[in-house]
Amino acid sequence: MNIPASYVLTLSAVLFALGILGVLIRRNAIVIFMSIELMLNAANLAFIAFARSFGPATEGLRGHVFVFFVIAVAAAEVAVGLTLIVSIFRSRQSIDVDDVSSLRG
Amino acid sequence: MSIDLILFLSIALIAVATAVSMLASRNAVYSALFLVLNFLAVAALYLLLNAAFIAIVQVTVYAGAIMVLFLFVIMLLGTEEEQIDGRSKWQMPVALAMGVTLAAELAYVLLSGAGEWGGSFARVGEEFGSPASIGRILFSEYLIPFEITSVLLLVAMVGAIVLTLKRKRESQ
Repeated sequence: MNIPASYVLTLSAVLFALGILGVLIRRNAIVIFMSIELMLNAANLAFIAFARSFGPATEGLRGHVFVFFVIAVAAAEVAVGLTLIVSIFRSRQSIDVDDVSSLRG
Repeated sequence: MSIDLILFLSIALIAVATAVSMLASRNAVYSALFLVLNFLAVAALYLLLNAAFIAIVQVTVYAGAIMVLFLFVIMLLGTEEEQIDGRSKWQMPVALAMGVTLAAELAYVLLSGAGEWGGSFARVGEEFGSPASIGRILFSEYLIPFEITSVLLLVAMVGAIVLTLKRKRESQ
Protein backbone atom coordinates (compact mmCIF):
# COMPACT_ATOMS: atom_id res chain seq x y z
CA MET A 1 0.00 0.00 0.00
CA ASN A 2 1.52 3.26 -1.11
CA ILE A 3 0.40 5.68 1.60
CA PRO A 4 2.25 7.14 4.62
CA ALA A 5 2.25 4.88 7.66
CA SER A 6 1.07 7.75 9.84
CA TYR A 7 -2.35 7.67 8.11
CA VAL A 8 -3.03 4.18 9.40
CA LEU A 9 -1.71 5.11 12.85
CA THR A 10 -4.01 8.13 12.89
CA LEU A 11 -7.00 5.93 12.06
CA SER A 12 -5.94 3.60 14.87
CA ALA A 13 -5.74 6.56 17.28
CA VAL A 14 -9.19 7.79 16.24
CA LEU A 15 -10.72 4.33 16.76
CA PHE A 16 -9.02 4.08 20.16
CA ALA A 17 -10.38 7.48 21.24
CA LEU A 18 -13.87 6.43 20.11
CA GLY A 19 -13.54 3.28 22.21
CA ILE A 20 -12.58 5.34 25.28
CA LEU A 21 -15.54 7.61 24.59
CA GLY A 22 -17.84 4.59 24.46
CA VAL A 23 -16.60 3.36 27.84
CA LEU A 24 -17.18 6.82 29.31
CA ILE A 25 -20.61 7.72 27.90
CA ARG A 26 -22.48 4.42 27.76
CA ARG A 27 -23.93 2.71 30.81
CA ASN A 28 -24.98 -0.60 29.30
CA ALA A 29 -22.26 -3.02 30.46
CA ILE A 30 -22.37 -4.98 27.19
CA VAL A 31 -21.85 -1.84 25.08
CA ILE A 32 -18.95 -0.85 27.37
CA PHE A 33 -17.50 -4.29 26.72
CA MET A 34 -17.89 -3.81 22.97
CA SER A 35 -16.07 -0.47 23.25
CA ILE A 36 -13.18 -2.28 24.94
CA GLU A 37 -13.10 -4.66 21.97
CA LEU A 38 -12.97 -1.61 19.70
CA MET A 39 -9.91 -0.35 21.59
CA LEU A 40 -8.17 -3.73 21.37
CA ASN A 41 -8.88 -3.69 17.66
CA ALA A 42 -7.38 -0.21 17.29
CA ALA A 43 -4.23 -1.39 19.06
CA ASN A 44 -4.05 -4.38 16.72
CA LEU A 45 -4.29 -2.05 13.73
CA ALA A 46 -1.32 -0.06 15.04
CA PHE A 47 0.63 -3.31 15.50
CA ILE A 48 -0.07 -4.36 11.91
CA ALA A 49 0.89 -0.92 10.58
CA PHE A 50 4.19 -0.98 12.46
CA ALA A 51 4.83 -4.56 11.37
CA ARG A 52 4.41 -3.48 7.77
CA SER A 53 6.59 -0.41 8.08
CA PHE A 54 9.42 -2.30 9.80
CA GLY A 55 9.76 -4.37 6.76
CA PRO A 56 9.95 -7.78 5.24
CA ALA A 57 12.31 -9.38 7.76
CA THR A 58 11.05 -11.58 10.59
CA GLU A 59 11.11 -8.42 12.71
CA GLY A 60 7.90 -7.39 10.99
CA LEU A 61 6.22 -10.75 11.47
CA ARG A 62 6.60 -10.42 15.24
CA GLY A 63 3.91 -7.75 15.09
CA HIS A 64 1.58 -10.25 13.43
CA VAL A 65 2.33 -12.87 16.09
CA PHE A 66 1.57 -10.33 18.80
CA VAL A 67 -1.77 -9.50 17.20
CA PHE A 68 -2.54 -13.22 17.10
CA PHE A 69 -1.94 -13.43 20.86
CA VAL A 70 -4.01 -10.31 21.50
CA ILE A 71 -6.94 -11.86 19.62
CA ALA A 72 -6.60 -15.09 21.64
CA VAL A 73 -6.56 -13.17 24.93
CA ALA A 74 -9.54 -11.07 23.79
CA ALA A 75 -11.50 -14.25 23.12
CA ALA A 76 -10.75 -15.54 26.62
CA GLU A 77 -11.62 -12.15 28.11
CA VAL A 78 -14.96 -12.03 26.31
CA ALA A 79 -15.90 -15.51 27.50
CA VAL A 80 -15.23 -14.67 31.15
CA GLY A 81 -16.56 -11.10 30.95
CA LEU A 82 -19.88 -12.05 29.40
CA THR A 83 -20.31 -14.75 32.03
CA LEU A 84 -19.74 -12.12 34.71
CA ILE A 85 -22.33 -9.86 33.05
CA VAL A 86 -24.83 -12.73 32.95
CA SER A 87 -24.33 -13.51 36.63
CA ILE A 88 -24.59 -9.81 37.57
CA PHE A 89 -27.85 -9.66 35.61
CA ARG A 90 -29.15 -12.71 37.46
CA SER A 91 -28.56 -11.15 40.86
CA ARG A 92 -29.65 -7.56 40.05
CA GLN A 93 -31.96 -7.83 37.02
CA SER A 94 -29.98 -5.03 35.36
CA ILE A 95 -26.69 -4.56 33.56
CA ASP A 96 -26.67 -0.80 33.91
CA VAL A 97 -23.25 -0.04 35.41
CA ASP A 98 -24.74 2.72 37.60
CA ASP A 99 -26.91 0.12 39.36
CA VAL A 100 -23.92 -2.00 40.30
CA SER A 101 -22.45 0.22 42.98
CA SER A 102 -22.43 -1.90 46.14
CA LEU A 103 -18.64 -1.64 46.35
CA ARG A 104 -18.93 2.14 46.67
CA GLY A 105 -17.73 3.31 50.08
CA MET B 1 -4.78 10.92 -5.50
CA SER B 2 -3.56 7.41 -5.91
CA ILE B 3 -5.90 4.42 -5.92
CA ASP B 4 -4.32 3.23 -2.64
CA LEU B 5 -5.18 6.47 -0.92
CA ILE B 6 -8.78 6.40 -2.17
CA LEU B 7 -9.13 2.81 -1.01
CA PHE B 8 -7.66 3.60 2.39
CA LEU B 9 -9.79 6.69 2.89
CA SER B 10 -13.03 4.91 1.99
CA ILE B 11 -12.28 1.99 4.33
CA ALA B 12 -11.22 4.40 7.09
CA LEU B 13 -14.46 6.33 6.61
CA ILE B 14 -16.49 3.11 6.98
CA ALA B 15 -14.52 2.13 10.09
CA VAL B 16 -14.97 5.51 11.82
CA ALA B 17 -18.63 5.84 10.77
CA THR B 18 -19.52 2.38 12.08
CA ALA B 19 -17.65 3.04 15.34
CA VAL B 20 -19.54 6.31 15.85
CA SER B 21 -22.90 4.69 15.06
CA MET B 22 -22.05 1.88 17.48
CA LEU B 23 -21.67 4.47 20.25
CA ALA B 24 -24.73 6.46 19.16
CA SER B 25 -27.33 3.72 18.72
CA ARG B 26 -29.58 3.15 21.71
CA ASN B 27 -30.27 -0.48 20.85
CA ALA B 28 -27.47 -2.83 21.90
CA VAL B 29 -28.20 -5.20 19.01
CA TYR B 30 -27.59 -2.39 16.52
CA SER B 31 -24.39 -1.55 18.37
CA ALA B 32 -23.19 -5.15 18.01
CA LEU B 33 -24.03 -5.24 14.30
CA PHE B 34 -22.22 -1.93 13.70
CA LEU B 35 -19.22 -3.36 15.55
CA VAL B 36 -19.25 -6.35 13.18
CA LEU B 37 -19.11 -3.94 10.23
CA ASN B 38 -16.25 -2.09 11.92
CA PHE B 39 -14.31 -5.34 12.39
CA LEU B 40 -14.86 -6.22 8.72
CA ALA B 41 -13.56 -2.80 7.63
CA VAL B 42 -10.46 -3.26 9.79
CA ALA B 43 -10.01 -6.76 8.31
CA ALA B 44 -10.01 -5.17 4.84
CA LEU B 45 -7.31 -2.79 6.06
CA TYR B 46 -5.28 -5.76 7.30
CA LEU B 47 -5.50 -7.22 3.80
CA LEU B 48 -4.24 -3.95 2.35
CA LEU B 49 -1.34 -4.08 4.82
CA ASN B 50 -0.26 -7.58 3.68
CA ALA B 51 -1.60 -9.30 6.78
CA ALA B 52 -3.69 -11.99 5.11
CA PHE B 53 -3.59 -14.47 8.00
CA ILE B 54 -4.51 -11.85 10.61
CA ALA B 55 -7.34 -10.62 8.38
CA ILE B 56 -8.87 -14.10 8.22
CA VAL B 57 -8.41 -14.60 11.97
CA GLN B 58 -10.09 -11.23 12.52
CA VAL B 59 -13.11 -12.23 10.45
CA THR B 60 -13.53 -15.71 11.93
CA VAL B 61 -12.68 -15.03 15.57
CA TYR B 62 -13.72 -11.40 16.08
CA ALA B 63 -16.51 -10.76 13.59
CA GLY B 64 -17.63 -14.38 13.80
CA ALA B 65 -17.24 -16.05 17.17
CA ILE B 66 -16.90 -13.14 19.59
CA MET B 67 -19.72 -11.06 18.13
CA VAL B 68 -22.04 -14.07 18.03
CA LEU B 69 -21.32 -14.49 21.74
CA PHE B 70 -22.18 -10.81 22.29
CA LEU B 71 -25.44 -11.06 20.36
CA PHE B 72 -26.31 -14.24 22.22
CA VAL B 73 -25.88 -12.57 25.61
CA ILE B 74 -27.75 -9.41 24.54
CA MET B 75 -30.73 -11.44 23.37
CA LEU B 76 -30.55 -13.84 26.31
CA LEU B 77 -30.73 -11.03 28.85
CA GLY B 78 -33.26 -9.00 26.85
CA THR B 79 -31.62 -5.71 27.76
CA GLU B 80 -31.39 -4.20 24.31
CA GLU B 81 -32.80 -0.81 25.20
CA GLU B 82 -30.88 1.48 27.49
CA GLN B 83 -33.07 3.78 29.56
CA ILE B 84 -32.01 7.42 29.36
CA ASP B 85 -33.72 8.73 32.50
CA GLY B 86 -31.75 9.05 35.71
CA ARG B 87 -28.56 9.64 33.83
CA SER B 88 -26.29 12.15 35.54
CA LYS B 89 -26.16 15.40 33.62
CA TRP B 90 -22.43 15.97 33.76
CA GLN B 91 -21.48 12.54 32.42
CA MET B 92 -21.80 13.33 28.71
CA PRO B 93 -19.90 16.66 28.60
CA VAL B 94 -17.11 15.40 30.86
CA ALA B 95 -16.75 12.22 28.81
CA LEU B 96 -16.71 14.21 25.56
CA ALA B 97 -14.07 16.59 26.96
CA MET B 98 -11.88 13.69 28.09
CA GLY B 99 -12.28 11.85 24.79
CA VAL B 100 -11.42 14.94 22.76
CA THR B 101 -8.40 15.58 25.02
CA LEU B 102 -7.16 12.05 24.45
CA ALA B 103 -7.66 12.33 20.69
CA ALA B 104 -5.78 15.65 20.68
CA GLU B 105 -2.89 14.09 22.64
CA LEU B 106 -2.70 11.15 20.26
CA ALA B 107 -2.82 13.50 17.26
CA TYR B 108 -0.03 15.62 18.77
CA VAL B 109 2.18 12.56 19.37
CA LEU B 110 1.56 11.28 15.85
CA LEU B 111 2.15 14.63 14.18
CA SER B 112 5.24 15.54 16.23
CA GLY B 113 6.79 12.14 15.50
CA ALA B 114 5.77 12.20 11.86
CA GLY B 115 9.38 12.38 10.76
CA GLU B 116 10.11 9.01 12.35
CA TRP B 117 7.18 7.01 11.01
CA GLY B 118 5.73 9.32 8.43
CA GLY B 119 7.42 7.55 5.55
CA SER B 120 5.84 5.07 3.22
CA PHE B 121 5.56 1.39 4.03
CA ALA B 122 8.47 -0.87 3.30
CA ARG B 123 8.35 -3.12 0.29
CA VAL B 124 7.50 -6.66 1.29
CA GLY B 125 7.37 -9.87 -0.67
CA GLU B 126 4.44 -12.17 -1.33
CA GLU B 127 5.43 -14.33 1.64
CA PHE B 128 5.00 -11.56 4.21
CA GLY B 129 2.07 -12.21 6.51
CA SER B 130 1.01 -15.44 4.83
CA PRO B 131 -0.22 -18.29 7.07
CA ALA B 132 2.94 -20.28 6.28
CA SER B 133 5.33 -17.52 7.37
CA ILE B 134 3.32 -16.77 10.54
CA GLY B 135 3.14 -20.47 11.34
CA ARG B 136 6.90 -20.86 10.95
CA ILE B 137 7.68 -18.11 13.47
CA LEU B 138 4.80 -19.09 15.78
CA PHE B 139 5.91 -22.70 16.09
CA SER B 140 9.63 -22.01 16.45
CA GLU B 141 10.38 -18.78 18.27
CA TYR B 142 7.00 -18.34 19.96
CA LEU B 143 6.21 -21.98 20.72
CA ILE B 144 6.03 -21.60 24.52
CA PRO B 145 3.79 -18.48 24.44
CA PHE B 146 1.59 -20.33 21.96
CA GLU B 147 1.23 -23.29 24.32
CA ILE B 148 0.55 -20.94 27.25
CA THR B 149 -2.25 -19.38 25.18
CA SER B 150 -3.94 -22.77 25.02
CA VAL B 151 -3.76 -23.02 28.82
CA LEU B 152 -5.21 -19.50 29.05
CA LEU B 153 -8.14 -20.44 26.84
CA LEU B 154 -8.72 -23.57 28.93
CA VAL B 155 -8.70 -21.48 32.12
CA ALA B 156 -11.18 -19.03 30.57
CA MET B 157 -13.45 -21.90 29.57
CA VAL B 158 -13.33 -23.46 33.05
CA GLY B 159 -13.84 -20.02 34.60
CA ALA B 160 -16.92 -19.34 32.49
CA ILE B 161 -18.43 -22.70 33.45
CA VAL B 162 -17.62 -22.30 37.15
CA LEU B 163 -19.13 -18.81 37.26
CA THR B 164 -22.44 -20.08 35.92
CA LEU B 165 -22.44 -23.27 38.01
CA LYS B 166 -22.01 -21.44 41.29
CA ARG B 167 -25.39 -19.72 41.02
CA LYS B 168 -27.09 -23.04 40.42
CA ARG B 169 -25.60 -24.62 43.53
CA GLU B 170 -26.62 -21.66 45.69
CA SER B 171 -30.22 -21.71 44.51
CA GLN B 172 -30.70 -25.35 45.44
